[in-house]
Formats: sequence, structure tokens, C-alpha cells
Amino acid sequence: MLPESVAQNPIAAAVYEQFPEAVKEAQIATGELQLTIAPEQIVPICQYLKETSGFERLSGLTGVDWWPRDPRFEVVYLLHSIRHNTRIRLVVRLAENQEIESVFHVWRSANWYEREVFDLFGVIFRNHPSLDRIMMPADWVGHPLRKDYPIHGHKYSYKDE
Amino acid sequence: MIEGNANVASLDAEHELQTEDPTGINQVGETPSGARRMILNMGPQHPSTHGVLRILLELDGETIIRARPEIGYLHTGIEKQCEVERYAQVTPLTDRVDYLANMSNNLCYALAVERLLGLEIPDMAQWMRVMLVELTRISSHLVWLGTHAIDIGAMSVFFYCFREREEILKVFEMFSGQRMMTSYIRIGGLALEPPRGWHKAVTNLTVRLVKAIEEYEGLLTANPIWMQRTKGVGYLDLDIMIDVGVTGPMLRAAGLKIDARKDCPYSSYEKFDFEVPTRTANDVYARYEVRMEEMKQSVRIVKQALDGMPNGAWQADAPGIVLPDREKMKTQMESLIYHFKIVTDGFRVPVGSVYQVIESPRGELGYFVVSNGTSNPHRVFMRTPSFGNLQSCGAMLEGIPIADSISAMGSMDFVLGDVDR
Repeated sequence: MLPESVAQNPIAAAVYEQFPEAVKEAQIATGELQLTIAPEQIVPICQYLKETSGFERLSGLTGVDWWPRDPRFEVVYLLHSIRHNTRIRLVVRLAENQEIESVFHVWRSANWYEREVFDLFGVIFRNHPSLDRIMMPADWVGHPLRKDYPIHGHKYSYKDE
Repeated sequence: MIEGNANVASLDAEHELQTEDPTGINQVGETPSGARRMILNMGPQHPSTHGVLRILLELDGETIIRARPEIGYLHTGIEKQCEVERYAQVTPLTDRVDYLANMSNNLCYALAVERLLGLEIPDMAQWMRVMLVELTRISSHLVWLGTHAIDIGAMSVFFYCFREREEILKVFEMFSGQRMMTSYIRIGGLALEPPRGWHKAVTNLTVRLVKAIEEYEGLLTANPIWMQRTKGVGYLDLDIMIDVGVTGPMLRAAGLKIDARKDCPYSSYEKFDFEVPTRTANDVYARYEVRMEEMKQSVRIVKQALDGMPNGAWQADAPGIVLPDREKMKTQMESLIYHFKIVTDGFRVPVGSVYQVIESPRGELGYFVVSNGTSNPHRVFMRTPSFGNLQSCGAMLEGIPIADSISAMGSMDFVLGDVDR
């Protein structure tokens, strides 16, 4: 059941109607609708939002690390509908080695954003066209934006490499 | 390895363009014209890539068959650094993300945190922010115009644009003491009280800018060489651009009237009267026209700010968040304690997350700030416009000669600090 504050929102109501078991939480977070979704249903829900609810744009996609909480990662999808001038957020919670389906085939802009989340957090996106590191060098070990990765990296100096 | 048949590339297949040849030039495969294909590295060091951007070009003669951009050469871990700094200490980091439009970044971050805190910013501070951000927009577009023109060959435009930009930077120095990395827009308002004589300085600046923009248009708009180099170049379907994550003047030059200042107004933009220019041609010339018109509209907004600037406080009334007046801090115990607590411990922000969007000169700039209740942000994600715009590089550069690719990339107006953070 959707909470009171969100039940009036047409987008939340539509998504809940189509995918009742997939919507774990719903809230209005600082003026925007935020839906927490089950990871397995991310692609059908994104497809539904794009085709039926009019969210033509994926504004951005990022990760948040809540270590040492389990599930540790949150992947946040920032969606934007140009025709309705609305923005919503989808949040997916993932455990450390849990994989998630890529939404590249829904919005092509997910390409580099998912590569960035993989590079900096270590979340693996299935069926991504080319899941390589994007910011760090290709032979880097470790995922820098994780909370257990030290702020200045593991090495003191790269001078004598 | 490259396949034998030269399929026209798509964004999906960008990873197949790989090279193990350390020299970067590798002749493999056959092209449609029967000649051999070459992979050329438009390396991270290049005057026309506007920063450290590496593009691997697969060439058939001078025509690009596939282009794969590689980024990360300017990645400095700003987002990681934000997690160990206090909220107020993040502001100087934001200056450096898009280093040509500093105040836009400052503003977006300040607005995001102010939303989490529930702070009310006084009118004068809001109008001043609008005025300075519009001057930033003009300054950024001047750099774009200068560097774009010089890439194509029009050297004088570069000098003229930087001459005007110098005047804008002098005004910034007057306000904040810094030409570029001003950090003038802080959480809660402005950093310092606006200086004496700012009104006269900005008025003279607007007079000068109006004349200068006319001068640039006189040099380029009807210039036959400019038109030949830019008309019809750099076309990419509007639907593909939206799907790939492009925002800003590139969409406006394709006919879509989208601007965060009008769609989701922030910081009193709804009180200003300005237009959002659009064109339909969707080529480099249209993007040039859109940005020139945007500069004129920005001057219009600055003039309105000059005429109607409200009186009042330049900082919010929030003693635990905003630093107290310096003189009060030296004489009153309460202010001293507040100052001490804010500088050492920082201020706590309630648990929550916010996604604040503004219209930066490059497109949609968004800051997604997650707070865990402490005085350090838990996560600051910068949804930068150049990252999205650069994703269209692969598709836009397909099938065009290298010379045209320089024009097309210039029209994207990306900044590597924005892309890599």
C-alpha cells in the first residue's frame, strides 16, 4: 500500500498499479517523488515510465554507498519528463556482489553513467554494451567511491612505479 | 580487432573500437572505398579537444567512420573529497568542476543544501545571485565563442572575446577578490557584502557587452567562410540527442524550448523577463546563433537586476549556519561562539536527499546531495551537462570529415572538468 502522502501522486499510483510487489517504498523527498524499487523489476518499470508515463529522459544515474549497512549500495535513477515537466527518482538497493540489469536499452544515456557506477562503486550491470572503467585507468584495482576506500588511495606515491 | 565490413557505428558498439598498438596508428581492414582504414588518436593533448579528452578515430581517408571518446584524464575525485569535507568546505570544490562557469556550480550546490536545510534566502541575495550567474553565463559563452572560432580559424574573435571576458572577471574580482574561483555564492546567501561601486561597474560592463556582442556578430554571422564551415555540420537527430543525455543549447538549436530557468525557476528567476532562444536547423550555425542570442538575453537580465535590485540582507537569518558579521564576532560572545562552532564543527543538515537542477551555460546542471544527519555530506553527485553532451560524440562524429568534427565538437561546448570531475 502506498503511504497517504504519495497515494495522490498519479505517477506513483500508476506504477503501483502496474507493479504492486516491486514498489518497496514511496515518499516525497524534498519536493520530488522517490520510489524504492525491487532490483529485478527495474527494466520493466523504467520501460513503463518511459513509454506510458512520458519520462523520455534519464537525467542521471548514480550510486550511494551506505556501508556498513546491508544492503550496502543504492543506485539512484533520476528521471525527467519533458512533456509533463516533472522529475522523479527511482532507488534500488543492492548488496555487495548483487548484479542489476542495465537500462541502456531503455535510455541510451545510461551508458556512461552505469560505467561510472561500475568504476567507482563496483556494481555490475548485466547486458551493458561495454562495461569498462571510465574515470580510473583501465588497470586500476578497487572502487574509489566506496566508503571503505581511503580518501587518498592506497599508495602514498606513484613516483617510482 | 576491427571487423572487415565497415558498419556505420552506433553508440552500442563503441567498445569494439580497440587498439593494442601503442603508437596509436594501426592500419587494419578494408574501407568501402577500397583503401585501408586507419585508427588515429586525437590524444588527450590537443588544442581543439578543449581539455584532456582522448578520441579514437577510425578513419577512411579523412572521413571518420567511428569515433570513441575516452575520458577520465581530468578525474580528481571531487565527489569523494566532498564526503570528507564540511558542507561549507565543499563550495570551493564546486567552483573547480566547471571551471568556466564557477558561480553556476556554486549556485546549484548552495540551492541544493538550502533546500535540505529549509533556509529562506533574502531577495537581495537571490537577485544578486541571478545577476552574477548571468554574468557567468556571458563569460562562459565568450570563452566558447573565442575557442570555437579559433578552432575554425577566426583568430581575432578569440582576442576580442577574451578582452570582454577580462572586464567580466574584473567585476568578479571586485565582488569576491577572485577572478575565477570566486566561491561567492555560499550556503545561506553571498560570501561578502557587495562592494561599494558595484552598480556603476556592472552598468558600464553591460554597455560594453552590448557593443561587443554586436561586434562579434558583425564578424561571424554573415561571414561566408564561417557559414560554410558551420552550416549543415554536426547534425544529430533530436530524439537521439534526448535519449543520449544531451541538454542545453544543443537541444534548443534543434527546436526544443527547454530551459530550467523557465521550467523549474529557482532563485527568483520567475521575476525576470527574458526569452529562451531556439532555432530549428540543428547544426553548428544554429547552436552559434542560440548562444549569441543567449548572451543578449543574459545582458537583458543583468540590466533588470541593476534596475530592480531590492535592498536587504545578503545572507539568510540563520545564526547556526551562516557566519556572523566579523565585527560582531570580535565583540559579542554569542557571535564568537557561533563562529567557532560553524568553522570547527560545521552545521548539521537533516537526513534526506535532494536533486537540484539549474540551467548552466552548458545545459542541465544537477546536484544530488544525500545527507546522513552529520556535518559532512554523505554523497554529492554532480550531474554535469558536459558528461551528457559528450556521450553524443560517437554518434555525431560518424561519417564526417575530421575538419567538420572539430566544428561539431566545439559546438558541444563541453568542459573536461565538468565531464571528469
